[in-house]
Amino acid sequence: MTVTEKDKLSEVISKCKPERGNLIPLLQEIQAELGYLPQEAMQEVASFLDIPKVEVYGVVTFYNQFRLAPLGKHHVRVCMGTACHLRGGKLILEALERELSIKVGQTAPDRSFSLERVACVGCCMLAPVVLIGEEIHPKMTPFKMEEDLIPYRQEIDELPENSN
Amino acid sequence: MNFPKIQTRAESEWENLQASLYILIGTATCGRAAGALNTLEAFQAELARQKTSAEVIEVGCMGLCYAEPLVTISKPDSFRVVYPNVTPELVPRLVEGYVLGDDPCLELALGTLEEDEEGAPYIPELSRFEHERRIILAHCGYIDPQNINHYIAQGGYRGLDRALAMSPPEIIEEIGRSGLRGRGGAGFPTGKKWEFCSRAKGSPKYVVCNADEGDPGAFMDRVILESNPQQVIEGMIIAGYAIGANKGYIYIRAEYPLAVDRLKVALGEAYDLGFLGQDILGSSFNFDIELATGAGAFVSGEETALMAAIEGKMSTPHPRPPYPANEGLWGKPTLINNVKTYSYVHLIMEKGAGWFSSIGTEESKGTAIFTLAGKINCAGLTEVPMGTSLQEIIYDTGGGIANGKSFKAVQIGGPSGGCLPESLLNTPIDYDSLREAGSMMGSGGLIVMDEDNCMVDTASFFLDFVTKESCGKCTMCRLGTLQMLRALEDICSGKGKMEDLDNLLELAEDIKAGSLCALGGTAPNPVLTTMRYFKHEYEDHILRKQCPAKVCPELTAYYILPDKCDRACEHCILTCPTEAIKGEKGEVKHIDQEKCVNCGTCLEVCPPEYNAVVKLSPVTSLPPEDAKAKERGIAQGVLG
Ligand SMILES: Cc1cc2nc3c(=O)[nH]c(=O)nc-3n(C[C@H](O)[C@H](O)[C@H](O)COP(=O)(O)O)c2cc1C
Ligand code: FES
Repeated sequence: MTVTEKDKLSEVISKCKPERGNLIPLLQEIQAELGYLPQEAMQEVASFLDIPKVEVYGVVTFYNQFRLAPLGKHHVRVCMGTACHLRGGKLILEALERELSIKVGQTAPDRSFSLERVACVGCCMLAPVVLIGEEIHPKMTPFKMEEDLIPYRQEIDELPENSN
Repeated sequence: MNFPKIQTRAESEWENLQASLYILIGTATCGRAAGALNTLEAFQAELARQKTSAEVIEVGCMGLCYAEPLVTISKPDSFRVVYPNVTPELVPRLVEGYVLGDDPCLELALGTLEEDEEGAPYIPELSRFEHERRIILAHCGYIDPQNINHYIAQGGYRGLDRALAMSPPEIIEEIGRSGLRGRGGAGFPTGKKWEFCSRAKGSPKYVVCNADEGDPGAFMDRVILESNPQQVIEGMIIAGYAIGANKGYIYIRAEYPLAVDRLKVALGEAYDLGFLGQDILGSSFNFDIELATGAGAFVSGEETALMAAIEGKMSTPHPRPPYPANEGLWGKPTLINNVKTYSYVHLIMEKGAGWFSSIGTEESKGTAIFTLAGKINCAGLTEVPMGTSLQEIIYDTGGGIANGKSFKAVQIGGPSGGCLPESLLNTPIDYDSLREAGSMMGSGGLIVMDEDNCMVDTASFFLDFVTKESCGKCTMCRLGTLQMLRALEDICSGKGKMEDLDNLLELAEDIKAGSLCALGGTAPNPVLTTMRYFKHEYEDHILRKQCPAKVCPELTAYYILPDKCDRACEHCILTCPTEAIKGEKGEVKHIDQEKCVNCGTCLEVCPPEYNAVVKLSPVTSLPPEDAKAKERGIAQGVLG
């Protein structure tokens, strides 16, 4: 964890009451701040709530919402709900895996993109749907997906650390 | 403040609004997905530019999701007009035309909300509304979900006011007589549940609202919470008073951030007016509601698992009995109902049990709410009396099958439900008829499939979901469903055998018997119903290596018809993501089946005047060399 991450973590924890029932909201808040749940954060939570570490780890790995690794700059979520599946959601997911050279659930080594599957984002009439960050990409096809990725890729290429 | 005073104030606020010019914009999640926030911004900018002071109000969803962004313009001395698909480009037209001028732009309208306007349909008489009976969706999309006075002006909190004048047993009896059954899936009689809980020994008691909505194709609870959250809150307060609880929890999934935000505002408003907190409306009854956000697990929707989640634990179900009514949250008596179940409560209190039980069928009272999605023209929400047929819902309220395709199946109830064929479209929607057909009411997600959907693939999709979401506690649910999934995957990829079908049936029975909760107990339903009604599709996959819907990649190939290919055109070559298409300029293009990943891009980009790309199944319909290449590709795992 970086120093800023540590500071953020202490701040979130300091606002919480040390009660067992607060475990999930606390983890949610830490993740909202840090983007993921580093191992040290889970350990701190365990000692703060005075519960075994394995219990924290159990809860973190049980729920889909929690992440053990940081996300990419662009977080791509592919809807794999029923309506999206019926309109080819799987092909979109395959296209993204191919284009981004990562598997679902992974973050690219340069942290440019991360890819996740989600179940129904509630806009079934626009199926199949992909979210990049909070932006909705409706009625995708593998071909359109490829085109829609272009501006995001350009943005990554233009970042100062990538231009030399 | 006492209730009559609150009411008078709310009503006068509402009347003032009706006497003014205002614009409603649907900004529920479905509206936002379609760009409603841009439309909202465009309205604000255009009104500012024109120096007009019309109020713009963000509302929820009318259920016409296919027509989002949906805008309603209301003028004091004229009729209200509803406009569909309002993009920012249309906004200046509407402002110029109807906000500032007298042209209602009827050519852009979906219809009017007042009768007898020539040139546009009267919305309540659109064919879909002839079958609908809106009770708890009645105000969704018409009132500001963030303004409690709108709700009160529509009759909100009268039910609570009336309930507080009754004794708790009287309330429970009224709910019982109404015939209300739980809308969370199983259809348990609500009055009975309240009675068990009120009789249970132990204190404190808790009231829980199940807003987990985990079915990956249903979103009505979200729509209700985003469009009219107060009715859920009011129902919970009445429940608390009836069973003797002073604390309530709403368990809502974190994937619904907008619903969470709107609920927070709604709770704050209810506290401000004294509907929550101490001494509610001077009755000396106290009640608090807290939000708990779920962390994304389908099983958390199961009641015992949900309570474990609120307690901050891993959300695994435990055996019942003890039922939550006796031993729920922290071991105390707990009442748990669904969002819709609570939504009906205030109306039953206000209008009486007789009113409610006059709607619906003998055994299933009231209305049913469905989300319509899939291959249907008018995706969205519908509320119909129980007993309405599937046919009426799909064709009359849902506008029939999209793109001129033919109907194949309708899936009801999500991962626990089943797929019903055309021959069962006359089935009335009620708990018992659906169960008889092998499906269930479940969450109320209704998904229509057409000729392009493969039933084996669909069954496999739901099982895949279940294997990912099984909490792992019961062996049959954890491993049995995985075995079923493997068998289905084999069938989809052409490796299935006829005896797999018998094994599937046997496994299905074992999983039903060997699972603690209904996640496993109903998981085989999608497989069982597809096997029962679409057995020929399974047989085609197994015996003929053919996927009739041309979906399963191992059994389907893309092929460029040589005599249709334009030769000069290179669309397919330039877009194929795996460079699987070859052919010099002027030559016929040809797909290298060994490299083809079945993404369908060539079919999508081939210009319609050539229409040269087709899908073939079985793959033996390819020329022999191509068929061999496809086999090689499959062996190398190109299909992922
Ligand atoms: C796997 C599983 C998931 C469930 N998901 C939900 C859900 O998302 N929402 C819901 O209200 N009920 C759900 N239920 C049903 C609940 O266990 C419970 O029956 C319901 O909340 C009771 O409310 P009701 O009486 O108003 O129907 C689920 C059940 C199972 C087995
Ligand atoms: S299934 Fe994808 S948005 Fe509903």
